[in-house]
Amino acid sequence: MKFRKSAALAATVLTLSLTATACGSGDDDGKIKIGIKYDQPGLGLKTPDGEFKGFDVDVATYVAKELGYKESDIEWVKAPTPERENMLSRGDVKFIAASYSITPERKEKVSFAGPYFLAHQDLLVRKDDNSFKDVKVLNDKKLCSVTGSTSAQNVQKKFAPKADLQQYPGYSQCLTGLENEAVDALTTDDSILAGYAAQKDHQGKFKLAGLNLSNENYGIGIKKGDKKLQADINKALEKMVKDGAWEKAVKDNFGPADYKYEPAPKITENS
Amino acid sequence: MFDFLEGYDLLGAFWVTVQLTVYSAIGSLVWGTLLAAMRVSPVPVMRGFAAVYVNLMRNTPLTIVILFTSLGLNQTLGVTLAGGDQDSVLFRLAVLGLIAYTATFVCESLRAGINTVPMGQAEAARALGLSFPQVLALVVLPQAFRAVVAPLTNVLIALTKNTTVAATIGVAEAALLMKEMIEVESDAIFLVFSVFAFGFVVLTLPMGLLLGWVAKRVAVKR
Repeated sequence: MKFRKSAALAATVLTLSLTATACGSGDDDGKIKIGIKYDQPGLGLKTPDGEFKGFDVDVATYVAKELGYKESDIEWVKAPTPERENMLSRGDVKFIAASYSITPERKEKVSFAGPYFLAHQDLLVRKDDNSFKDVKVLNDKKLCSVTGSTSAQNVQKKFAPKADLQQYPGYSQCLTGLENEAVDALTTDDSILAGYAAQKDHQGKFKLAGLNLSNENYGIGIKKGDKKLQADINKALEKMVKDGAWEKAVKDNFGPADYKYEPAPKITENS
Repeated sequence: MFDFLEGYDLLGAFWVTVQLTVYSAIGSLVWGTLLAAMRVSPVPVMRGFAAVYVNLMRNTPLTIVILFTSLGLNQTLGVTLAGGDQDSVLFRLAVLGLIAYTATFVCESLRAGINTVPMGQAEAARALGLSFPQVLALVVLPQAFRAVVAPLTNVLIALTKNTTVAATIGVAEAALLMKEMIEVESDAIFLVFSVFAFGFVVLTLPMGLLLGWVAKRVAVKR
């Protein structure tokens, strides 16, 4: 009998802990887990002393506050590009704000709130290089981007199939080549590029070409079909734009790059 | 179920993988044999150089070797290996990196093979008046190679899989295509993985079976 009791107790504890891990978004202990990028200056960056900085971080902090979490309740989680959909559908994080463009393929697996930012694919070039006037010149240029990224595929399939495209695991490797004139331009979303241009080590070396090659609507990724969370986040984003916090976050993070950003986009993800 | 494959050049990507493997295999067999010859040679400088090279190279992560060929040799020093467009330069740089790395494993396998050849063989050859290169090329190495077909097969299979590291510098082989597909086909991510895993099994399994059979046929029975 005694054994049965303890077995039942153990089973209960086990079930409880299992359910706790199953909905690991952290509602139970008043914490919230948010996925961001750790390696994109300007958007989401983990500094050497363990702080998190960037526009995505500011937006996520604001949204979390509106959802009722203090800043100290936020637990930042690294959200690498290929993992994002699975992190959301497994429930590892409550939401993801990580330069996450809203696309039909992604919407098969997750839902989005927002968009909260409109970025364009653009080029980062050396300060003294004025040859990037329109998209046609790209075919004669050496470009650099991140292996397999949407930006790299856009170049190969849409804008400049003949361009010499070098692909590296990270944008930082491209910057070495750009400085040494081994490549002519680094291409990805202008928000990311502005982040690099605004970094202390790189200020004054590079500039944005301003070609606006594509539209990337950044949304906040959430678990598929979570309409309540979607509505709450949308409300928070609208409030953020209205009370000026959005504008301030953009200025704080992209300011030194001389980046002509778009006004806050209209919320479209509400079904 | 597999309609996500449409619009991707899957065969083309694996073809680049095969090409990387073949060129690197030939290159590392040649360079590895030379290294092994140096390691057993009577000249101390050669022995020393080969020992330092092998230990340095095989203890350096391949990603760093390959990244160095691109960032160090190409972008900083301007090495292009006979020029051409970026794609062919990168391909050759990747082959160079793979050879530099894989040759050390070929060398060490081969050195083990040389150790299986009885001392008397080399002594007899020397007694006949053969020089060191002749002893090695005519007597020792032919027997050594037959003993190490199976270990060399392992090196070859490892090399086939290591070609995926070339994606680090943007060579358009299978691993790079996989990254592209993961970025776009985020709703079929596990299927994408499975397709590429299967692709590598198709490449390596026959290799292992065939060379395993060869190893049994040519082994020297002592």
